[in-house]
Amino acid sequence: MTAWAGRSLPRFEDPAILRGAGRYVADAVVEADCLYGAFVRSPVAAARLLEVRVPGDVLAFTAKDLAGVSGICPVLDRPDYVPITTPVLAGDEVRFSGEPVALVLAASQAEALDAAERVELVFEPRKPVLSVGEATEPGARAVHDVPFPGPVNTVVNATLSTAGFQAAFDSAAARVTVTVSSARQSALPIETRGSLVTFDRRSGRVTLTTSTQMPHVVRTGICACLGIREDLLRVVAPDVGGAFGQKMCLAREDVVLVFIARTLRRAVAWVETREENLRAAWHSREQTISVTGAFDPPGRLLALRADITADVGAYSCYPVTFGVEPLMALAELPGPYEVGHYDVRARAVLTNKCPIAPYRGVSRPVQTLAMERLMDVAARRFGTDPLDIRRMNLVHEFPHTTPSGLVLDEGTYVEALDDAARAVDFPAFRARQQAARAEGRLLGMGVSVFCERTGYGTPAFAARGMAITPGIEHVHISMDPTAGVVARIGASPHGQGLGTTLAQLVADELGVPPDDVRVIHGDTDATPFGWGTFASRSMVICGGATVLAARRLRERLASVAGDLLEWNPQDLVFGDGRISVAGTGIGVTLREVAATAYLNAQKRTDGGSGLYAEADYDPPGTFSNACHVAEVEVDPETGDVRLLRFLVVEDAGRLINPAIADGQIRGGVAQGIANALYEELVYDEDGNLVTASLMDYLPPTWAEIPPVEILHRQTVSDPVLSGAKGLGEGGAMGAPAAVLNAVSDALAHLGVEVFHMPQAPHRLHAAIRAAQEGAPG
Amino acid sequence: MSAERIDLILNVNGESRSVTVEPRKSLADTLREDCRLTGTHLGCEHGVCGACTILLDGEPVRSCLMLAVQAQGHVVRTVEGLAAEDGTLHPLQQAFWEHHGLQCGFCTSGFLMLAAGLLESAEPATDEMIDDALSSNLCRCTGYENISKAVRAAAKVMRQ
Repeated sequence: MTAWAGRSLPRFEDPAILRGAGRYVADAVVEADCLYGAFVRSPVAAARLLEVRVPGDVLAFTAKDLAGVSGICPVLDRPDYVPITTPVLAGDEVRFSGEPVALVLAASQAEALDAAERVELVFEPRKPVLSVGEATEPGARAVHDVPFPGPVNTVVNATLSTAGFQAAFDSAAARVTVTVSSARQSALPIETRGSLVTFDRRSGRVTLTTSTQMPHVVRTGICACLGIREDLLRVVAPDVGGAFGQKMCLAREDVVLVFIARTLRRAVAWVETREENLRAAWHSREQTISVTGAFDPPGRLLALRADITADVGAYSCYPVTFGVEPLMALAELPGPYEVGHYDVRARAVLTNKCPIAPYRGVSRPVQTLAMERLMDVAARRFGTDPLDIRRMNLVHEFPHTTPSGLVLDEGTYVEALDDAARAVDFPAFRARQQAARAEGRLLGMGVSVFCERTGYGTPAFAARGMAITPGIEHVHISMDPTAGVVARIGASPHGQGLGTTLAQLVADELGVPPDDVRVIHGDTDATPFGWGTFASRSMVICGGATVLAARRLRERLASVAGDLLEWNPQDLVFGDGRISVAGTGIGVTLREVAATAYLNAQKRTDGGSGLYAEADYDPPGTFSNACHVAEVEVDPETGDVRLLRFLVVEDAGRLINPAIADGQIRGGVAQGIANALYEELVYDEDGNLVTASLMDYLPPTWAEIPPVEILHRQTVSDPVLSGAKGLGEGGAMGAPAAVLNAVSDALAHLGVEVFHMPQAPHRLHAAIRAAQEGAPG
Repeated sequence: MSAERIDLILNVNGESRSVTVEPRKSLADTLREDCRLTGTHLGCEHGVCGACTILLDGEPVRSCLMLAVQAQGHVVRTVEGLAAEDGTLHPLQQAFWEHHGLQCGFCTSGFLMLAAGLLESAEPATDEMIDDALSSNLCRCTGYENISKAVRAAAKVMRQ
């Protein structure tokens, strides 16, 4: 029997969505008898809030009405972490433009929005703190009135230095420094956030239906704020229209809505507008990474020094905190390279801007940009081939312990680079590049190599000092009396197709077709506690727990079949809906086994009843790896960059459903290209977001995104039970570096190098102009 | 602040639907709330993302930028009207399924209707026309390539 895993099965999720029968939050709101909410949000970045004037005919809740509700205060247990509490509605102080101040309720969304406009805010503006520079200069105003153990507004200030660093750093023949930076960006799911809270008069419970990646964590967070038992709240994640990290933090808006539904004892709903989403639904990425590599020519990297600074906005996101960007960068910056000595400082700095949260890849798109720009700049300095300098430094013996103590499991770092080099034929490209340049056309090719840490178990989060440590996934699997299989998972897919891929894994363990397996997720009443879907973890952790649970169920099935067949269960084989004695015609159908297990349990010798099993999985984590190559053409007149070719060589272990894996890569690369060339959240000098519509914030279309060629390696390493290493973020992690290396390659003869994402046309055009004007003659 | 409401008769997916709405109500909201056709999604409500694309007299339009009153007297088709009456998927729906042309699915209805407008028009669609049309909507999950493959495949099927 051929395995189901490894096949590109069309997804079971799709037909309903294709017919328009998906059910997203706003669809549940349409069917609900509810009040509609609109948040009144601060129009200024920083101010003392003196009064909220609510007209007599408007139903509104302000911070005063929620006095008994605790703020949200995620914690890292580290001396350099400054805990910051987010009030669920701003009280005496507003700290970013878009911060919620009141919730207005009305009979329709349009009426709620109208009423919200009539609420007046009286405030005394303060001068906003809008950059890391402003936040850390002497005499800077503190964004929060709390004690800072170090410099003002510095809320994470971590360092790490390996023994003997300085001697190694000083001993190298040359030091090369590059500084890269990323603008603020939005994960920008096409579905904005939104929530419906219904109240059950019979039980007094409320159900929050919300567009989230982590329903159980949302329940825990809200109940902590309200001081209520978790059984009083059910959280449902229906179909979720994209998330990419933006929906993996507790939304203060949800705490407000649940409180009000419990207070009014009736249903309330809120569907975010796109403007709100851009202003207030978590930003991401804004950080600067400066790296100095100490090299011996022709390019061996002996030691790495790094300074990482993240502008994290005004508050800390629950549960991962605003340490997520700088601390991940600190731990993972050396990436796929063998770095003997490492010295790093990583800071998170408060500003009067929207708080940051994870976005696909978290710090790693910027980390990878730093390391890959460093390699290219060093290669140019030493006259070394950019591929050779990478081969000289890539880790090639596994397991490998990095200077920050991470263990890289088996991978193919050099091999993936070699595969990519062969596929794109670099020498042939150089010839084309020369010919094009003679015609005045600027072509460039850039490469990026990286490893992607996935499947973090609890030890990884504990190492970061997180008071809450996501990691374990739990799966409950059962077979009903008609042999239908149900897997209940704590992970919470929102487009990744786990309903299909987990079914493929279960099908192989139980010998049933995958469409007999139903995966239930996104409902705290119907699934075991789990951490949700984020950080490329689900196929690794939830997949592993699924395999373990299915194997346990298989043992129970074999036991019951053994009773029916009067045969040793060890000698039974599963397949085609039957359990048979190997090498004979003797067997029994799964249906007979399932019916017996429930309806004639007296025939069982194992003393059990029913057919169910469960399992936890908490893996040490694993690293997939990839090499990206971008070929670009730069228009020197406009600064426009066209992607002519994009190649990915990916090693994410065993591919459970290759079509879905490729879909993740393509989507990730598209977001990486968007980050590299187009998208930027821009604040003006007063702290107002000027890119608050999709006419100002520019996600790319099919006109900008190229087809992506994909080659796979499938290294299966010991730490991974399902064999799959996870690849959800890799596309977004590797693409910016490949694109900016390609742009720099295209402009090398002009002396232009680019280090900032996005390298939007106006920025690139200015750089080209400056180089041309500065050039002699 | 209850505004005046007016009665409309809309022709949606071959059915005549009577609705009573405020004059300011968008066609998208009317389809979703009054006709309970929630397959049409709203991603930006300012005409950029295209998730709300429907067909009006066979032409793709942004239903968030149109008032329901403007649709009276026209033929409206939504994603719910794409499959055959016996439930058989439209060639575009089938092709999106086979080519993994969707992930979260939120933009999908808009892309299906955009492509349906192109492929069901009298003029045969070339690959260039398909790519050009697809660049008018936003998808955040797929990177567009599989959407393009799906539409090209459906075009082939529909030409046969």
